[in-house]
Amino acid sequence: MDDNILEMRSITKTFPGVKALENVSLAVRRGEIHAICGENGAGKSTLMKVLSGVYPAGSYDGEIVFDGQAASFGGIRDSEHVGIVIIHQELALVPYLSIAENIFLGNERRGRGGLIDWNKANAEATELLQSVGLDENAVTPVGQLGVGKQQLVEIAKALSKDVRLLILDEPTAALNDTDSEHLLNLLRRLKERGITSIMISHKLNEITAIADRVTVIRDGQTVETLNLDAGEVTQERIIRGMVGRDLESYYPERTSDPGAEVLRVEDWTVWHPTQDRKVVDGASFTVRAGEVVGIAGLMGAGRTELAMSIFGRSYGRDISGRIFMHGNEVRARSVAEAIDRGIAYATEDRKRYGLNLIEDIRRNVSAAALGKLSRRGWVNGNEETKVAEESRRSMNIKAPSVMSIVGKLSGGNQQKVVLSKWLFTDPNVLILDEPTRGIDVGAKYEIYTIVNRLVAAGKAVVVISSELPELLGICDRIYTLSAGRITGEMPVTQATQENLMELMTKERESV
Amino acid sequence: MATTATPQADPTPKEPEATPAAALTTGTSDLRQLLLRNLRQSGIYIAFVAIVALFAILTEGLSLSPGNITNIVLQYSYILVLAIGMVLVIIAGHIDLSVGSVVALTGAVSAVLVIQRDYPWWVGMLAAIAVGLAVGAWHGFWVAYVGIPAFIVTLAGMLLFRGLTLQVLGNISLSPFPSEYSKVASGFLNGLLGGNGYDAFTLLIGAVAVAGYAVSGFRTRVARIKYQQPVESFPLFVGRVLVVGAVVMYFAWQLAHARGLPIVLIILAVLIIAYGVISKRTVFGRQIYAIGGNLAAAQLSGVKVKVVNFWIFVNMGFLSAIAGIIYSSRSNGAQPAAGNMFELDAIAAAFIGGAAVTGGVGTVVGAMVGGLIMAVMSNGMQLMGVEQQIQSIVKGLVLLLAVAFDVYNKRRAGTSR
Repeated sequence: MDDNILEMRSITKTFPGVKALENVSLAVRRGEIHAICGENGAGKSTLMKVLSGVYPAGSYDGEIVFDGQAASFGGIRDSEHVGIVIIHQELALVPYLSIAENIFLGNERRGRGGLIDWNKANAEATELLQSVGLDENAVTPVGQLGVGKQQLVEIAKALSKDVRLLILDEPTAALNDTDSEHLLNLLRRLKERGITSIMISHKLNEITAIADRVTVIRDGQTVETLNLDAGEVTQERIIRGMVGRDLESYYPERTSDPGAEVLRVEDWTVWHPTQDRKVVDGASFTVRAGEVVGIAGLMGAGRTELAMSIFGRSYGRDISGRIFMHGNEVRARSVAEAIDRGIAYATEDRKRYGLNLIEDIRRNVSAAALGKLSRRGWVNGNEETKVAEESRRSMNIKAPSVMSIVGKLSGGNQQKVVLSKWLFTDPNVLILDEPTRGIDVGAKYEIYTIVNRLVAAGKAVVVISSELPELLGICDRIYTLSAGRITGEMPVTQATQENLMELMTKERESV
Repeated sequence: MATTATPQADPTPKEPEATPAAALTTGTSDLRQLLLRNLRQSGIYIAFVAIVALFAILTEGLSLSPGNITNIVLQYSYILVLAIGMVLVIIAGHIDLSVGSVVALTGAVSAVLVIQRDYPWWVGMLAAIAVGLAVGAWHGFWVAYVGIPAFIVTLAGMLLFRGLTLQVLGNISLSPFPSEYSKVASGFLNGLLGGNGYDAFTLLIGAVAVAGYAVSGFRTRVARIKYQQPVESFPLFVGRVLVVGAVVMYFAWQLAHARGLPIVLIILAVLIIAYGVISKRTVFGRQIYAIGGNLAAAQLSGVKVKVVNFWIFVNMGFLSAIAGIIYSSRSNGAQPAAGNMFELDAIAAAFIGGAAVTGGVGTVVGAMVGGLIMAVMSNGMQLMGVEQQIQSIVKGLVLLLAVAFDVYNKRRAGTSR
């Protein structure tokens, strides 16, 4: 019998309408660094949430054996109790509390009378900080630290809980190269101390550098577990595992006939609103009439930031670069101006940024172009209803009437409302950010059909997606984005998932 | 009209969903549907009728006597004016705690000019309105452009403008106003068509109002039919007009047998209609709802959020000034403590009237009904001789229950799918 600290056997987890995990198995050996990789939405994070008890026992099928014992965790506390600690992509630190307070949050060192002995806590925290190689005072507020150091605080916090299995979800996604290097070294040191780690990562170079084994997950299923010890497994080999499915036939047929250039963006650079780093770095691209252009990039590559900063500077600061519409340079300094110039942006997060969920379809469809429905500030409510009614029919929005509250529609129908809203602004360029995220297969097909109809009518469409098959299925031309830079451009006929993934994971120095 | 959505797109290959719900099968909807569609709103009307009936019984009809109805209108008009502005502020997701102080300040400025400096009455009113607009712009600047939460800005304003009131008045009360000024709140249009023991003019205005309601309702109905919109069935429409007509005419009849048509009622009616229309039918009104419903989505839809927020507060300042004029006119002078706690009554009116704490929901008419519920309750309890402390307890509980109903409703709506 292998010395496995963790075995997850045939885990199946269903959400209403979606099978997120199907028969996933994972075995982690004691003392190894085990990487998990897969495309966005493949089910990696869901699997880790099952493991850490975020999804409690009973909400999934299958069994978990930790350290020889069958485990059924009712919550994070249960899993932490046996020494499984997960560090999420979004750090769970309280910025206004000190490092020590954060480390012992929920796990306070009580002294006499149930009061916290801060001297003892700070001393312990200082020790922990040393062990993760962080040279900071334990009373410093966490908010004053950079993301890299915050990550180390998270690990110190995990160590304070006597961690035996440390799970890191994309630990280096937000880090620069030095901080990433530091973190990876720390993981090696922890391994020497006998701590087992699971690392979810998109960065294949890191995986090959540090992990002992890698498990590839695709579409909620385990594809394979590769042994990296021998050094025979290349990044290309992992990529093949990640994308190795066939293009499924749910992309509607279309003929492409691109016309004149509609949008050209030149040398577009955007800084992070609060941190001192470029999120988009000198990106240039063009879109032609009747063309669907894809932007492929992994999470954190700057896809949404690129789109939103173009859309009336709704993201970022110190934006520089030029936008040309039909060959003429235009300014789009506010969202209203961008809409006027014929740019539309359908957000990736329709519930937070796209829709007024407590209002009805009518009000949402008209929201971005009320001016077209009004004269001297007076809205023609009947005309508005008519427009919404037309959208409901042409988009096939499944709702009893345009007076239905948008928050009660299914994801696919909500997405159609978002599209209706932007089409009503009559844009030249429509930027669709993850247009099919979280919607079912049938609705996806309908969205693709709508996109086809738009380009057939001469619109220019930009699709941002992390699902490569989707881009390959609906685009004419694809740009790849990595760490804020355009790393490649190719017509869809030359694109394969493998070469796209390679460009998407291309690191800066090799550009 | 097409009664079901006909997919024009290619039929999808793997679309298991059933045919679109066969709603809108007819162009009309019945009473039950109308009530259910807006339980939040209809609940408040039912509660209002119940409360009016309750106090009519408890006071043995006294609360519905002509003199008392006139009284309610005069006594609570300024709260209703404030509630109009407040509901817009709340729909946008803000709050205004300063309106009581602004009522005092505008009244004080007016009183100083008219009573102390002997300016004509209308100069005082214009000055009050100018001060109200300035206060609103002040609040709007801090909320919209600096980005400080309205709670803080208006809490500061509450202290600030109360202090300015004392400063302006030099810590003393001023009175009385000339008779033109005090007519605003206590004047009546009366005897214009001769008195016969009742005022025919008031009845005429009531009749005109009912006719206006019927005609505008009918025109809306025709327009909706032209646009193939669902409308209520014709008998229901007629029934609605008859019920509203009967209530209005009863109300006018009672007023006509008391002192005639209060001038303040005319002001109030104009404001309610104007703001009802502004909130529902103008781009500005829509943007208020959009901001309150989802700020980020509104921003990404090109709504100029700062500009809209600014004008919401300027408008609140304007209506506070109107309320200040009415209040100073009614109390025939200005006092340092004028308008104390008015903000809470106005906020309560908006919430009882169905506005949501989280913003995005609420109506001017709802806030008016909410204000009237508070008014009828206070007035009824006063008539019954209920002690002050009990009145306060009852009002507090009503506010709590109204918002609890709203929260319950929302949860129910959230799970009803």
